[in-house]
Amino acid sequence: MRARHKSLWSTGEPFVWLTGGALSLALLLVVGLIALIVVNGSGFFWPRSVARLTLSDGTVVTGQIVEREVLPGKPHEHRIKLKVANRDLYGADFEWVDESRIVKREYPPDVAVIERTEWGLLIGTLREVRDNGQTVAVGSPAAWAEIRQRMADVDRTRRRIRAIEKSEIGAINARQEALRLQLRGLEMKGITQGPRTEAIGRQLTALEAEYQEQTARLTILRKSQTASALVVADGGKDKDIPLSQIIDVRFPNQMGLIAKSLVYVARIWEFVTGEPREANTEGGVFPAIFGTILMVVLMSIVVTPLGVLAAFYLREYARQGPFVSAVRIAVNNLAGVPSIVFGVFGLGFFIYGVGAGIDRLFFAEALPTPTFGTGGILWASLTLALLTVPVVIVATEEGLAAIPGGMREASLALSATKLETTVRVVLPAVMPSILTGLILAMARAAGEVAPLMITGVVKLAPSLPIDGQWPFIHFERKFMHLGFQIYDTGFQSPNVDAARPMVFATTLLLLLIVVLLNLAAIATRNRLRRKYATSAV
Amino acid sequence: MASVSIAQEPHASAGNTPIIESPMVEIDKVNLWYGAKQALRDVTMSMSKHRITAYIGPSGCGKSTLLRCLNRMNDLVDGVRITGTIRIGGTDVYDPNQDVTELRKRVGMVFQKSNPFPKSIFENAAYGPRILGVSNRSDLEGIVERSLRGAALWDEVHDRLQESALGLSGGQQQRLCIARAIAVEPDVLLMDEPCSALDPIATARIEELMLELKNSYTIVIVTHNMQQAARVSDYTGFLLLGELVEFGVTRDLFTNPHEQRTEDYITGRFG
Repeated sequence: MRARHKSLWSTGEPFVWLTGGALSLALLLVVGLIALIVVNGSGFFWPRSVARLTLSDGTVVTGQIVEREVLPGKPHEHRIKLKVANRDLYGADFEWVDESRIVKREYPPDVAVIERTEWGLLIGTLREVRDNGQTVAVGSPAAWAEIRQRMADVDRTRRRIRAIEKSEIGAINARQEALRLQLRGLEMKGITQGPRTEAIGRQLTALEAEYQEQTARLTILRKSQTASALVVADGGKDKDIPLSQIIDVRFPNQMGLIAKSLVYVARIWEFVTGEPREANTEGGVFPAIFGTILMVVLMSIVVTPLGVLAAFYLREYARQGPFVSAVRIAVNNLAGVPSIVFGVFGLGFFIYGVGAGIDRLFFAEALPTPTFGTGGILWASLTLALLTVPVVIVATEEGLAAIPGGMREASLALSATKLETTVRVVLPAVMPSILTGLILAMARAAGEVAPLMITGVVKLAPSLPIDGQWPFIHFERKFMHLGFQIYDTGFQSPNVDAARPMVFATTLLLLLIVVLLNLAAIATRNRLRRKYATSAV
Repeated sequence: MASVSIAQEPHASAGNTPIIESPMVEIDKVNLWYGAKQALRDVTMSMSKHRITAYIGPSGCGKSTLLRCLNRMNDLVDGVRITGTIRIGGTDVYDPNQDVTELRKRVGMVFQKSNPFPKSIFENAAYGPRILGVSNRSDLEGIVERSLRGAALWDEVHDRLQESALGLSGGQQQRLCIARAIAVEPDVLLMDEPCSALDPIATARIEELMLELKNSYTIVIVTHNMQQAARVSDYTGFLLLGELVEFGVTRDLFTNPHEQRTEDYITGRFG
């Protein structure tokens, strides 16, 4: 018996099973996590059919079925969760219905799902379209035809209004602000009157006139939007919704698979390229994507040279000994410091220290309003660069250690100096390792949230850090970030239930972005590896 | 430079010091310590221009250390200390005013393990000239062709100069390293066991090459392989425990050693 036990162990078979099992478990967890995110995130955009349920007490509920679960304590009975929407009419987006109470379930074709700029979805039946108080179409098909005809114009006007608000008025505001700062600067020098202040005053007056002109255009555009649609919902409620608030009207119960797929793609496109609405629970996440990628790029630009130079000193120049070993251990441990600590450091050092100093020196006329002395994309990127610099140092150092010493000797023996050797031989050979470090750093930075919350990420940034206003890239601006958006919509939003699918979709997007960034870096690294393979024999 | 006289055959010596006509390298009472450990003891010898001098001896006897003194590669080692003088072409190698890169321009080196850069064949051969400031493409092409021909590699690689040097065989890589070293036209070529990682055919090619190269360069070779020393070298020095036991014309040293320890080593009694 004993002998057989021993032989089973000595074959090594159980150990193989143990290692294989551990790997399978790890894979299962990862695949499960990704599957959960994909299923929950990608289903969000599918236009679900709308069910109309008649309950035993005669009430009618209309909505999209989003969940079905066993009643607590009654294992054979189920209840379903219905997204009834119409938040402004009912006060809540969701309703639970016990299946035992349902007497009739139908899918009426004329139920419309209306996406609008405020209050979330509107689900109901179109009754009529009015313009200036005059009824122009009655009945669902006629009303829909009328709306469809007018939608293009409504869309165009909405875009025009947005453009005026963003570009024209935005530019005027920026110039006004600049002039006001000039005035303030003169005032600080003791100049309160004279030709220069007068010139600025004249410019300000001219800008004010321009501003009034643009506002007048806006008012005219807004006033031209007189049409509205009357929508009837369950419970005898109806809603007179201005067409200018309608983004899209759909009849999911009439749609086939292809039509639904087209809507699906269109909604994903809107999600990726659109601006958020309704406290980030609807609309798109483009500003957050933009902020995330820009921040990662800025961080990479800072962290790569810093980490590479530090690693070069540690491995190529410093005399190896107890002190260098201690530094190396310290750098490794730095990677394990909680990220919020880096955030606090970034806040204290970059924002309150460096930022406030910059403000005093260069933006004194704007004080007490801080320019750089408050959170912004530059400070967030620098904080993350500090957070990820150990990763780059460690990866680069390992790469340097793996370069055969003979390579450096060969170069030195050819009368190259140490610097020439480092730049011409060592640096190209260590490039793949540098990129490996950068990949790890980018993956870490893209997913980091805690330090960003105190160094410049906001729930809703009014403008992107890069735009058409001079100097085009605004390092001091606050920005939006996918990771923070997940936290914010998932846990800080007033309507968590309605926002949940958005959270999954955003998570999925963040994962995809991290994967894409990594793939790009890996492709570059492999290209370099082929070019500078170091195995000499 | 003094007039060059190429003797047809090295003169046999009376004692264990051969007569060196037109010495290129002069080593005088060199001692070397790695920290507290003494690796070379009072080594004195000269090496003749356009001749091959071989160092033989068991592992750890200091022959590579001695070789690396000649182009100051030992400077890279922490805690190294050297006394005595080494002159190459009349200039003191360890003169504090001596520019090390200037020295290494005149003293090329080929290593035990072939170590081409992870670059193209062309860039490997052009590395030294580029460091010296040659940037004109056609000049570089001329130098590369000349040095590859000098290393008997041109015919094998002339149609794939832009391919990675790491795709070459071990012997070709080593010849590329020789081409790389002679591209800057050094006076002296140091070879640290250049064939120890190669098969016999590749070794034979390198040996042939050495015999050709000695018409233009002064060659110093460290080798484990006594047959190799006997085949290619004109002079041979036998080192043991950091001491130059015997130095003489190769044929004499192998057929008629003056020292018992030399005889023991070359007849295979130890080592």
